[in-house]
Amino acid sequence: MSVKQLRTEEMLINMGPQHPSTHGVCKLVIKMDGEEVKYIQPHVGFLHRSIEKIAENRNYPQFVPYTDRIDYCASMNANHAYVVAAEKLGDVEIPERAEYLRVIMAELNRIASHLVWLATFTIDLGAVTPFLYAFREREDILDLFEMTCGQRLTYNYMTIGGVGWDIPKEFEPKLRQFLKIFPSRIDDYEDLLTNNPIFLHRTKGVGVLPKETAYEYSVSGPSLRGSGVKWDIRKAEPYSIYDKFDFDIPIGTEGDAWDRYKVRLQELRESAKIVEQAIDGLPGGDFKKKVPLTWKPPEGEVFCRIEAPRGEMAYHIISDGTPKPYRMKIRTASFCNLQVLPIIGVNHMIADLVAIFGSLDIILPEVDR
Amino acid sequence: MLELRPIFDAIGEFLNSILPEFWVTIVSAFGTGAIILGVASVFVLFFVWWERKVSAHMQQRYGPMRTGWHGWLQTIADGVKLLQKEDLIPRDADKLVYLFAPVVCFVAAFLAYVTIPFGEGLIVQDLNIGILYIIAITTFTVVSLLMAGWASHNKWSLLGGMRSAAQIISYEVPLSLSLIGVIMIAETLSMVSIVVQQEGWFWNWYVFRQPLGFIVYYIAATAEANRTPFDIPEAEQELVAGYNVEYSGMKWAMFFFAEYINMLTISAIAVTLFFGGWHAPAPFLDFIPSWIWFVGKCLLSVFVLMWFRWTYPRVRVDQLMAFAWKFMLPLAFVNIILTGFGIYLF
Amino acid sequence: MPDRFAGRLTALEMFGNYAYTGIWLLIGVGFVLVTFWFASLIRPQRPNPTKLENYECGEMPLSASYLQFNVKYYIFALIFVIFDVEVVFLFPWAVVYNSLGLFALIEMLVFLLILIFGLAYAWKKGALQWV
Repeated sequence: MSVKQLRTEEMLINMGPQHPSTHGVCKLVIKMDGEEVKYIQPHVGFLHRSIEKIAENRNYPQFVPYTDRIDYCASMNANHAYVVAAEKLGDVEIPERAEYLRVIMAELNRIASHLVWLATFTIDLGAVTPFLYAFREREDILDLFEMTCGQRLTYNYMTIGGVGWDIPKEFEPKLRQFLKIFPSRIDDYEDLLTNNPIFLHRTKGVGVLPKETAYEYSVSGPSLRGSGVKWDIRKAEPYSIYDKFDFDIPIGTEGDAWDRYKVRLQELRESAKIVEQAIDGLPGGDFKKKVPLTWKPPEGEVFCRIEAPRGEMAYHIISDGTPKPYRMKIRTASFCNLQVLPIIGVNHMIADLVAIFGSLDIILPEVDR
Repeated sequence: MLELRPIFDAIGEFLNSILPEFWVTIVSAFGTGAIILGVASVFVLFFVWWERKVSAHMQQRYGPMRTGWHGWLQTIADGVKLLQKEDLIPRDADKLVYLFAPVVCFVAAFLAYVTIPFGEGLIVQDLNIGILYIIAITTFTVVSLLMAGWASHNKWSLLGGMRSAAQIISYEVPLSLSLIGVIMIAETLSMVSIVVQQEGWFWNWYVFRQPLGFIVYYIAATAEANRTPFDIPEAEQELVAGYNVEYSGMKWAMFFFAEYINMLTISAIAVTLFFGGWHAPAPFLDFIPSWIWFVGKCLLSVFVLMWFRWTYPRVRVDQLMAFAWKFMLPLAFVNIILTGFGIYLF
Repeated sequence: MPDRFAGRLTALEMFGNYAYTGIWLLIGVGFVLVTFWFASLIRPQRPNPTKLENYECGEMPLSASYLQFNVKYYIFALIFVIFDVEVVFLFPWAVVYNSLGLFALIEMLVFLLILIFGLAYAWKKGALQWV
């Protein structure tokens, strides 16, 4: 009689909401046979704040601060998605300087967000030190943001018609200094992780996300690119002024946690490259176009998507010609990405489940909105 | 000058002069027990603070800074806090087993000190089966972790307890086998005799004759002490805290205490068996007391353990087992065979 | 009569050696229990049903934890018992190895080969595989 024929019971267990590696308040009901996870059911909604409904009761410019709260690790990108959609709806032309500033901020925030991902992912694998290394660099970026808009987490920086504030004088030298040291810091992370045999064993072949599954569940962002799909909205349908910059889209081959890690690390470098080009080409002039609080876009609807750090973030706004949107639907990447977890997480060890969850880079307020 | 041996000798003589032999044994056993308990507590207090400082500086932070000079009082403050913490026993727990798990854990860690030579003559009892005794006693830790995991009636604890059982017993085999090489050379199991044979220059240390044995020992010992990268029984990212999820207050503190004592134990064994024990690396450095050499070497080894912990990610449970059985165990066999041929040929 | 037992321990001395272990056992258990007792004097004790619930990530436990658990861990325990007993045999052999010469070397090779064969067998049977 082999081991497999012995009758053993499966263990039904709550993983979350109060669990160190569900990255917030996600609850996974999992069924385990010993160490192996046989069934996963994510339960979401602990953080639901009905942001979409709130939008129906706010004037268009008033809604920007709420977008910050959708994805607190990448508020700039969430701002960006909304203002781009609103401007498309109302056909607002914005000054070129504002576009450049938006790109700088969005890319810096992408870096910050990926650093948070790197930090939490490595902590999920049990390595605590890279966490603080990554947060050291994030601190520099947050300093830059604080200098510009006075906030460190929820920036409320971009407005319909431009950006809220111009950058202060000391911004540029500090940014250039950051860009100078940042590549060497990425090398540091790679030294700690990329060639570490334990890290390789823990990520290679773990949580393989096949291309087809990724399509079926409309996975996006680095998790999709890790599976070898060259799809990035910044290149595929450029918004803002991304077509002016020269950058690559890193892709993986296998679609495992390792590829998702490599893709994100590469994206750190690419984003730094974009920021550098943007700060070099930063034109003078106005940084915003006055848009009144009771701004009324014409009747109609708009769908607009951008590439947020976690994947596509899209706004579908229906306007009835009043200062408030008639209906707003927000498509967030984390919600879609979370849905593949039960598919790619089963038949792995619980330790791998944690690693897969971490590698998908899910942020719960974005799932629940 | 600073050798502690004369002091203890004097105390022993004094006791012998006033008490019959039986009572001398009893009194000195209690006395040494109390001393070692005190020393171990001081070491643990220091290690906890030190680990926080080491980790902090490796991570570009300061660590505790507010309680005393560079936060040296932090551990004491933590201890006081834990003492006052409400102690919750889950309703469904097996209460007796739950209570005794930390006791077993602590005692298993503590009893190993009966035969650890802290310096020349600074050994409580030079048992003639010293190493075997230490290996046997420290393995009781696995029983306590299993007790804790089972008695808590918590699924995370149960998983942690099971993992610790599987892990510690798996690494027990290569750990014991890795020491066989040293025993073959030393021809004794007594800790003191092994140290005495490594006298003189540092190239007499057994690590230079048993490098493979040392590597196997050190890795296996790291696993035995549940230190990262082998800390899967308490993997906080997977099992929340593993076997001690349900423990709080002093009961939890005892597990913690035992873990840090175990760190010192495995370092002490490594130093005794492979790094010349209390001997100075060169004869002319003998003016420094032997116990300072011993403690210094131990601290260095503990530092290396901390270094491991703050550098590596954690391995997965199946990789851990495969590593023990498919890599470490054959390596330990190879070491014994090489040692056997070596002794026969030279 | 030549003293064949010179240098060996008498039963009493043997007891004396382990008396320390026994007394330390008492000290250890006593220390821990006294600490618990002392803590119980100064700590608050206000349990309520919710507090005494088992921790399962902040939710009510979904099922009991005492169940027919996966046997994988047990398999390792079995292999461990086999190997650890053999390790115990190796200890006395290692102590006298040097004085036995070639005989011991061959003996050792035979014994270790059996052990290694056992390991290889367990390996091939998949007992070392985590299912």
